[in-house]
Amino acid sequence: MQLRVRALETVLTEKGYVDPAALDRIVEAYETRIGPHIGAAVVARAWADPGFKNALLADATKAIATLRLQQKVGDHLIAVENTPATHNMIVCTLCSCYPWDVLGLPPVWYKSTPYRSRTVKEPRAVLADFGVTLPAATKIRVWDSTAETRFIVVPARPPNTEGWSEERLATLVTRDSMIGTGLAKEASEFSAGGDA
Amino acid sequence: MNGIHDMGGMDGFGKVAPEPDEPPFHAAWEGRVLALNRVMPVTGEWNIDVGRYWIETLPPDVYLTSSYYRKWHVRLERLCLARGLITAAELASGHAAGAAKPVKQVVHAAKADGLLVRKNYARPATAPARFAVGQSVRTRNMHPVSHTRLPRFARGHTGTIERIQGCHVFPDAIVAEGVERPEWLYTVTFDGRELWGPEADPTLSVSIEAFEPYLEPA
Repeated sequence: MQLRVRALETVLTEKGYVDPAALDRIVEAYETRIGPHIGAAVVARAWADPGFKNALLADATKAIATLRLQQKVGDHLIAVENTPATHNMIVCTLCSCYPWDVLGLPPVWYKSTPYRSRTVKEPRAVLADFGVTLPAATKIRVWDSTAETRFIVVPARPPNTEGWSEERLATLVTRDSMIGTGLAKEASEFSAGGDA
Repeated sequence: MNGIHDMGGMDGFGKVAPEPDEPPFHAAWEGRVLALNRVMPVTGEWNIDVGRYWIETLPPDVYLTSSYYRKWHVRLERLCLARGLITAAELASGHAAGAAKPVKQVVHAAKADGLLVRKNYARPATAPARFAVGQSVRTRNMHPVSHTRLPRFARGHTGTIERIQGCHVFPDAIVAEGVERPEWLYTVTFDGRELWGPEADPTLSVSIEAFEPYLEPA
């Protein structure tokens, strides 16, 4: 593929449709700047500040704009909250729609046929593939991203994290917990190195 | 179209396989393909919906056996050829041979960051929304041969309007007619048993984002 892609890029560049330096900037942004740490910071703020959480659930794009993050977040972002009663999961059955602005590039499994085919029909079996088991009474709410709206899950805040700083809370927020295929880490899993 | 891309509810694809410490790209060319697919629509030759349709129209065997970024690459080659931006001979030789087609805009490095934020697809409404939150609706049993965002698993089923998302560019019209013809967009939620029968998980509900022409009063 390397040669085939280079051929296309070369032709498009020589014809003046593409500036290779623009491609460099986009690749670099997704390799270094845009990733799940953005969503984790948003979730940590929501855990720490109930007023922000309410604003986030009402209009996520608007609420996140108030955080003045280095990277802007696009329109029509919707945040949904996981609670003991309801567990939300995000999928795109038709292609691979994903909240890139807050989570970065979608992982391969999110774009894979097993995830796209099974999540709307047997989400608990899909969760089992991630090692997640929920109580039988918990309602499962699956959001199929079939338009230009995008979704992010606000996972439940783990117990025994009262008084934690937002930075410390953010280390418990995993990418999968913001898609709904995982839960936030336990307080005991905190490590100073962090891993969002 | 009733294509291979529309896979909600299909069986037989096996388990989901999460990859620990997955890198952003698994090879350098994947990043180039991603970036090329981000900058080329700015030429004005196609939009996001048309781009999706050209992935859906890949032959099903190619679709199922190609990685995500390979699909994006093949789609881009085919669109560039179809729009007359490049020729097959140029692609084969790896170099430009003839004059470029005049295009609306080219993204230079200084403006590339603008492509990192999602565009807004909302448009002013031309009519009031037909449905209200809480209303019961039925999705149409429709099978257009062109592009649609109403998945097969959710056709001909009764659900409830959960949210009204505003008026948005209508993907079906962009692809079939080349016009935006904005339509009201709703979050419609279905009980799992409505979609999958009485044996389905009773705790499950599933929503889709449905454009108004997909819906009728229940």
